[in-house]
Amino acid sequence: MARITLEDLAHTYFDPAEGDVEWAVRRLDLEWADGGAFALLGPSGCGKTTLLNIMSGLLRPTRGRILFDDRDVTGLSPEARNIAQVFQFPVVYDTMSVYDNIAFPLRNRGMAEAEIAPRVAEIAELTELTPMLRQRAAGLTADGKQKISLARGLVRPDVNLVMFDEPLTVIDPHLKWVLRSKLRELHQRVRTTMIYVTHDQTEALTFADQVVVMNAGEVVQIGTPVELFEQPQHTFVGHFIGSPGMNVLPAKIENGTALFGGQPVEVANPVAAAEGVVELGIRPEFVRFAPTGIPATVTNVADAGRYRIIDTESRGHSIKLLVDEGEPIPSGAVNLGFAPGQTRLYRDGWLIGGAGR
Amino acid sequence: MSLELRNVSKVVGNEVHIFPTDLTLEDEGFNILLGTTLAGKTTLMQLMAGLQRPTEGEVWFRGRNVTGVPVQQRNVSMVYQQFINYPNFDVFENIASPLRVAGVNGAEIKSRVLAVSDLLRLTPMLNRRPSELSGGQQQRTALARALVKDADLVLLDEPLANLDFKLREELRDELPKLLSGRGCTVVYATTEPSEALLLGGHTAALAKGRVRQFGPTGTVYRQPANLESAAIFSEPPINTIAVRKAGHRLLAPGGLDWPIPGPLASAADGDYMLALRPHNVAIKRRRETDTPLTGNVLVTEISGSESVIHFELPNDTWVSQSHGVHRVAVGSTGTFFADLGQAMMFTPDGVRVKGGV
Amino acid sequence: MNKTADNRAWLLVTPVVLLVAFNALIPLMTVVNYSVQETFGDNTFFWSGVTWFEQVLRDPRFHGALGRQLFFTGTILLIEIPLGVAIALTMPRRGTWVSVCLVLMALPLLIPWNVVGAMWNIMALPDIGLLGHTLNSMGIDYNYTRQPVSAWVTLIAMDVWHWTSLVVLLAYAGLVSIPEAYYQAAKIDGAKPWAVFRYIQLPKMKRVLTIAVLLRFMDSFMIYTEPSVLTGGGPGSSTTLLSIDLVKTALGQFDLGPAAATSLVYFLIVLAVSWIFYTLMMRTEES
Repeated sequence: MARITLEDLAHTYFDPAEGDVEWAVRRLDLEWADGGAFALLGPSGCGKTTLLNIMSGLLRPTRGRILFDDRDVTGLSPEARNIAQVFQFPVVYDTMSVYDNIAFPLRNRGMAEAEIAPRVAEIAELTELTPMLRQRAAGLTADGKQKISLARGLVRPDVNLVMFDEPLTVIDPHLKWVLRSKLRELHQRVRTTMIYVTHDQTEALTFADQVVVMNAGEVVQIGTPVELFEQPQHTFVGHFIGSPGMNVLPAKIENGTALFGGQPVEVANPVAAAEGVVELGIRPEFVRFAPTGIPATVTNVADAGRYRIIDTESRGHSIKLLVDEGEPIPSGAVNLGFAPGQTRLYRDGWLIGGAGR
Repeated sequence: MSLELRNVSKVVGNEVHIFPTDLTLEDEGFNILLGTTLAGKTTLMQLMAGLQRPTEGEVWFRGRNVTGVPVQQRNVSMVYQQFINYPNFDVFENIASPLRVAGVNGAEIKSRVLAVSDLLRLTPMLNRRPSELSGGQQQRTALARALVKDADLVLLDEPLANLDFKLREELRDELPKLLSGRGCTVVYATTEPSEALLLGGHTAALAKGRVRQFGPTGTVYRQPANLESAAIFSEPPINTIAVRKAGHRLLAPGGLDWPIPGPLASAADGDYMLALRPHNVAIKRRRETDTPLTGNVLVTEISGSESVIHFELPNDTWVSQSHGVHRVAVGSTGTFFADLGQAMMFTPDGVRVKGGV
Repeated sequence: MNKTADNRAWLLVTPVVLLVAFNALIPLMTVVNYSVQETFGDNTFFWSGVTWFEQVLRDPRFHGALGRQLFFTGTILLIEIPLGVAIALTMPRRGTWVSVCLVLMALPLLIPWNVVGAMWNIMALPDIGLLGHTLNSMGIDYNYTRQPVSAWVTLIAMDVWHWTSLVVLLAYAGLVSIPEAYYQAAKIDGAKPWAVFRYIQLPKMKRVLTIAVLLRFMDSFMIYTEPSVLTGGGPGSSTTLLSIDLVKTALGQFDLGPAAATSLVYFLIVLAVSWIFYTLMMRTEES
């Protein structure tokens, strides 16, 4: 087990000497605490897979260092780093039994069979593979194969880090939730540092204590699931997490007051006079129909069962709100109220007064 | 008069894929086929399209018997879960392909392709190849190809399943607007109840090759005719428990004894199946009348704004769904509050007798 | 699957049926016909039953040819399959060199068979041939027209040169289809190169190697043109393989009956071995 530090890390697939190139990962400083359960969450193309490959040692970063505890591993190969990885598509050694698959990393490291047997038995128990140990790995279902991949990682007593790269992609929908929560449970028991890379918010938030949200090659927020939902540090986080995502509206600041369409709006963060593009962020959960407030018209009502998603339009901008099942919905011209504690100002995408870049 | 299945069945070898089915689709809005994988959604669609011939029964379309008329001779378009485009054509040619086959002249092709590409926001990408597009854009291209030929019947087979979460949300919002007012009958297959609800229209709940219920989506959700239909329309899975009604008490195995909620009180004494959707079982008490349930916690899942907790009752596994992030340790004992007033009651063989609105 | 029922579809397969009839069925039936009759070349035939078969199966000449054939096929399989796999393993898997390698590898396959025979024939000439002359000048007594060992070595070298590429291309196709994740996982598991070969590459190549072995078996078992051009079956009958023997019997001596019986036996051997081999491979696949 180890604490993992990424120091001034950056990566491009082009030649940086050419000057203005596209960076897959822009400047990044990050620390993953020893024994934590982390998720790396972002849309496709945000750089999360590049970062994953840098940490596992399959890719050497253009710039910066990776430390495992205090040891610089930047130039080390994956096997020298002692890490494990579960890939998107299950990787098992088809010709071997499940037992031999799990024992494989230990045999490669020259461990005696007498030591291997109890170790494999223990990990098989943990990953619920005990009944299948004698079967050929090729005959297992996709979720079984992913368990084998995981077991091959966990079986090594000295493994520093286990990484998951969208591990549930090929799992049947009705088995996904079982495996999802099993992984978290497993982490609680083994306490190895684990990093789970995904574009799926439910997978990330279910698994991790700390979620790192990436967009366009940079980290936009690191936080607990509650923080990501309640205090998005960037409009992207507000949009990406939660369904539907946060309403983002153009705003102005005048005399220390935030204005939407010329109308003052009470916000939770400091209203400093600011350069750049200023926006107002409020989640649909915190918008209500009110006797007075922002004038709007209801344009669409979508029934989501236990609540409804209401689309409204106010001064040419769309504002969504959620209304519980059974509550009345006014028609025609309405007024919207924003919960002051949950309304925030953003400048150039970043929360004003927040941690920032 | 729309598409009509008259006593249609499909048997392959000894396996019944579709049991005899009568179904008349709606002209307006979406006709959603909701069910798990292998419920028969794809087979049903292929029967509608003419890609498969029913073993028995007739398919009628707009007052004409089209049983056995091959798909080439019908004006049908289809969009699949996989993004299917011609890899060597650019987006324009991909969209234009059905018109070229139909021998439409060049000028008209151009104007129709442009109209559709505007609608689907593909105009800036018309010169790109599919491999240079994101998943969302690829699926938009496939949709554009389906729309451009003004088909009478548009079949969408889980078109959003392979998209990232946020793209799925976006396209799901757009789809009803894109397809309304085109004079085509729309059939949409999905495994996700929330998708069905938000798309609205009418829903056919499918299980094991049978249409269990067909009606307006909200009605099927709120007034399921049978337990199977209620279960199909519940994600997370609906909670069920076998109870005996005796006077003003509901007795369940394992010594559970609950006061009978008002809406169910008028049912005759006897054995029933009680079903309660997960959002009616909360982690916090919301009403005085809520019934507390305690059980061992099996799984905790967290999406952006909701927590889903699976726990054990003496004979059943139940699910609670609450707003906000609540992390309950797996293996601990949790207390949950059920609003039994929202429960539905079914006969032991699954016909609804009480509850539901 | 999605079938449209229409009986006119049968018309579409008619050309294939006709082609197979002319190509395979009619000649085969003719051979069967010859194999059970006696003729003296004047187009009069007499029923002879299984006489020819008995004669062929007891004939030491047939035994000799069959033995040489088995030896030839066995040897080239033992050389070409491992060599092909080894070459495929060393080929680059991406970059500009891929196409260069592939073209180089495909070259021998593009040369007509009789030309291959002629090329080696000239190259191996002891006095003026590049190969023959070099070997002799190195003090190795090499003359494929006089010494059976030299003839065999040349024959096998020629076949290896001509056909290893096929194995390489098939094995290469198998190798490039292995997802990168497998190699990454193996690295992470600390697998040595041998283990990567044994547990990833070999199992993933199994399918194509099955095909390679099958193709090479059938092809080499029926080889005619190249050895016929190179050695003509000599010196003596030392390199007379089954097909050469058959042609000598049929066309050289015009013994149509025994020749027909030999070819049927020959045909049955190829068929039986291929079938057994295929079934065995498929069975291990399933288990």
